[in-house]
Parts: sequence; C-alpha cells; structure tokens
Amino acid sequence: MEQLGYLQQYVPVLVLMLVALGFGLGALLVGSLVRPKRPYAEKLMPYESGNPPVGEPRYRFSVKFYIIAMLFVIFDVEAVFLYPWAVTFDKLGLYAFVEMIIFIVILLVGYVYAWRKDAFTWD
Amino acid sequence: MPDIGAQLWLLGPEIVLAVFAFGVILLDLVIKEKSVLAYLSIAAALFIMFTMFGRQGTAFGGMFLADGYGLFFNFIFLTSLCLSILVSLKYLPVERINFGEYYGLMLFATIGMMVMASAGDLIMVYLGLELMSLSVYVLAGFMRQSTRSNEAALKYFMLGAFASAFLLLGISFTYGLTGTTQISGVAQYIKDNGLAGNPVLAFTTILYVAAFGFKIAAVPFHMWAPDVYEGAPTPVTAFMSVGPKAAGFAVIGRVLTVALGPVSSEWTGLLIVLSILSMAVGNILAISQTNIKRMLAYSSIAHAGYALLGVIAGGPEGLASMMNYLLIYTFMNIGAFTVVTLLRTEGVKGEDLSDYEGLSKNHPLLSALMLLFMFSLTGIPPTAGFMGKFYLFVAAINAGYLWLTVIAVIMSAISAYFYLRVVMYMYMKEPGTVIPVQRSTAGRVALMFTGIAVLLIGVQPTGFIQMARSALAGFGI
Repeated sequence: MEQLGYLQQYVPVLVLMLVALGFGLGALLVGSLVRPKRPYAEKLMPYESGNPPVGEPRYRFSVKFYIIAMLFVIFDVEAVFLYPWAVTFDKLGLYAFVEMIIFIVILLVGYVYAWRKDAFTWD
Repeated sequence: MPDIGAQLWLLGPEIVLAVFAFGVILLDLVIKEKSVLAYLSIAAALFIMFTMFGRQGTAFGGMFLADGYGLFFNFIFLTSLCLSILVSLKYLPVERINFGEYYGLMLFATIGMMVMASAGDLIMVYLGLELMSLSVYVLAGFMRQSTRSNEAALKYFMLGAFASAFLLLGISFTYGLTGTTQISGVAQYIKDNGLAGNPVLAFTTILYVAAFGFKIAAVPFHMWAPDVYEGAPTPVTAFMSVGPKAAGFAVIGRVLTVALGPVSSEWTGLLIVLSILSMAVGNILAISQTNIKRMLAYSSIAHAGYALLGVIAGGPEGLASMMNYLLIYTFMNIGAFTVVTLLRTEGVKGEDLSDYEGLSKNHPLLSALMLLFMFSLTGIPPTAGFMGKFYLFVAAINAGYLWLTVIAVIMSAISAYFYLRVVMYMYMKEPGTVIPVQRSTAGRVALMFTGIAVLLIGVQPTGFIQMARSALAGFGI
C-alpha cells in the first residue's frame, strides 16, 4: 500500500498530461469540423516565406554546417554552466572561481584550435 | 574543503598529462616539425612514470583513489603510450597522416585510462571511459582518406556507444538499489542488506559484464575487434589492443571484485563463460586469417580470455597474476605490432602473411625479434609470455579451477599453430620479392626495448609479479 501512496503523488501529473493531449487533439478536431475548406493550387504549396518554392526540399548540406553545429554545442554548454555559477557566485567563493577559470581556459584552448584551423571561415 | 593541495598532489599524474596534452594541441598550431610533439609527449609520459609512485590516499570525497593498483595500471598505460608513439614516428608520414592532433588524442586517451584505473566512483569510471573511447574512436579513423579506416572508426563508435549505454544503465540500477555510486559504498550496502540473489542486482551484473566485456574484446562482445584492428593505423592498433584492454581489466578489478565483491558467485560464472568462449573463438578463428593485423586481433581476443582467468581466480594472487600478465602482454603485443609497422613502407602494405615469406634472409634481426614475440605470445619458455601464463594458471589452480586451466592450456596449444606459422614463413620459405623495411630509429628503439623486456621478464620473472602483489596492499579484497 505504501508503494501505491508513493505513486499517488504523481496523479496530478498524469491528469495534466491527459488534459494537454486532449486539448491538442480536441482543437484540431473542432477546427477541422467548423472551418471552411476551399483548397486551390497556390494554397497547397509549401510555405517558404511567401516566395515560390525552388527545387526539392531534400538535398545534401555542406559538411561545414556540422562544424558550426558542433561549435555551437560546445560553447552553448559553456554558457549553460557559466550561468548558474554566476547566479550563486557569492556563495561558492574562491574555490569555484578557480575551477571556473580552469574550465574556461580548457574551452579557450579549443577555441584557439578551432580558430587557427579556420573552422570559423566559410570558404 | 580539506587541504586542496594534498588532493591535487594525488591527481598529479593526470593533471601533468592533461597540461601536456593541451600544450601539444596548441603547439601543433605553430610548429611545422610534428616529431617535436611526439618527443614532448614521450617526455611527459616518462616524467610522470618516474615521479608518480608513492602516492596514496583518496581525493575529492572518494571520487578518486590513488593506490598501488591504479599506479601499476598507470605504468602499463604510459609504457604503451611511449612505445606506440615511438612506432608512429615514421609510420605517419608514410600514410600521409602526419598531423599533430594524433599525439594530442593519444595523450587524452591515456588520461582517460588513468582516470578509469584510479576511479573511486562509478561516475568517474564512466567519465574516464568516455574520454578514452572518444579519443580512440577518432584515432581509429585517423587515415581519413582510407575507407577501411573510416569503417573501423564508425563500427567502433556505434558499438562503443552501445556499450557505454549498458554501463550507464548498470550504474543507474546500482544507484537505484544501493543509493550510492561510490564503489566501496556499494559493496558495503550489499553486504549490510544481504542483496545476494536480488534479481535486479543480477541484471546489473550482466550489464556491467557486457559493457566491460566490450572494452576488453571478450567473446561474445568481440565482433568489432577484427575489423577495427585491421582498419585502424597500425600503431593505433598496437595502442588500443593494449591500453583500453588493460583499462577495461582495471575497471573490472574495481567494479566487479570490489563493488560487487560480496556477490562474487553471481559474476564468476559469467566470466568463466566469457573466458572459455574468448579463448576458443579467438584462437580457432585466428588460424584461418591471412592478414597479420586480423590474426593479431583474434589473438588479442584470446589473450583477454587468458587474463580473465586471473579475475575469476580472484583474491590478491589472481588479480596480481592478471596485472602481471597485462604488463607482459603490453611488451610482447606492441613488439609484434612494431614489426608489422616497420614492414609498411612507401607502396608496400606489408600486412599480408605472404609478405613474411623468407623475411629472415633479408632482415635477420627483425625476424629474430618477431620470432621472440611469437614465442612469447604462444607462451614458450624462456619468454615473458610463458611466465605470465604460468602465474595465471597457478592462481586459477589454487582457486580450484583445474578444469578451466586445462581448457586454457589446450587453447594455448592450438594458438601455437598460427603464431608459429609466421615463424615458419619467415625461416623456412624462400623469399619472393624483397620487402623493404622502414628506416626508423625510433621504431628500432621500441623494438629493442620490447625485445629486451620480453626476454628479461622471461628469465627473471619475480620482479613484476612482486610489484603487482605489493601494489594490491590495501586494495580491499
């Protein structure tokens, strides 16, 4: 019984999930029932910010995008770690400060490496 | 924070190596002559090797353990790092992959292994394992123009990611059961609460055995080994057939014999199956190989099976014989790979068994050393390989596994066929075309060093086994 009581704490979460699912599906269902349907060729085209679509949507991307994506992930994570440290800086003190400096220096080495290897230039 | 200085002192070897690794990465940007980076890396490894001993204690709340066990494995990792770099010096220009990142990745992989061997917490085990694995994945695919090398890296990465997932699942189950990820804490909890026979714990054990079995390339988790060993650059193959394997055994020693020590009967059976399968599959499949790198890959699977005997036997004697064997294996296996590497010259692959036909006529000293390494891998006295197996088998017999030892001896006899076939090709066949050999002083130094080590340990074996035994003092088994 104790096990069941533990699970009961999560009943509100389950209710919320069901409500969220029901709201999404319900909105789609009601919309499809009441809205007017007048399709024509231009309306069925893929939306590309108002321009007529050019070419197929599935083609190969330059490998350079992946390098940019990797760099983004690395420095994005750095920011994620820096933020909570900055917020609680006065409680953590010198020890955390030195650790953070080491962390930033390590990433700086990576930054210098990427820069010298021309990872930031497109051509 | 209790005395940061003393804790950093315990982590000294890893910190120094990390500083050098970053130095190598940065220096690579301004320096044209890449061999400077190689010598810098070797200097760092040698410096650490001579200054690391004597550290004892726990750091950062039990996350990191500096003890004889970890230091002994550090010695194995640094030795294999130095030897592999020496072998690479002339090989990289031949393959047109003479980039400075190579040495940086080697150093980072070694740091990962050292963290694994000294980990006091399952999270640290995972961190070290990932640092090692990610570096070695890149190294396996370092010949980026070669499809074989790319295939090797991709296969290793895919299967390695799977193994990491198993390990993480095992760690999370352990945490769920015991409420701690500290290795000694897990053992204490299992003992205090009598978790033996718990089905979840048994499942966790299987996950650990699968994850570590992958890293040591034990059957049935060996599928990646032949393809990866064949495709990777030869010095990298030498490095990863020794370093990550030894690191895997180091973690098995910590996680299975310490953390899951109170339920040792549950994993011993699994390891016995792994050991028998590894010895049988490795040795029997090696017979049909004609590519020497592939043959040595199957042989390394078989050697993982032998070394598992030490873990199965357990206790200080079993573990010491396992550690001793891994050290000996480092010398003889890197030695054999050095010969394979030296045969790779401009325009000649030198990987096929037929390239060894009549090698003794043109290169008598090289052939004599290859003979020594092949004898040692078979386990013929007076070489180191014989003494390594001797201590393993004695430990297994003393622990009551006579039948398992009989199987191991029979498998060693089978292995003689394919090891001695190389010798037969070198000495009893007429040379076809003359195979040139790399003019590499560094490669020769590595060859001489491994050759002398294999002979010396074979004649005077007590030194290292005593070292391994005293390293286990205070290990907690």
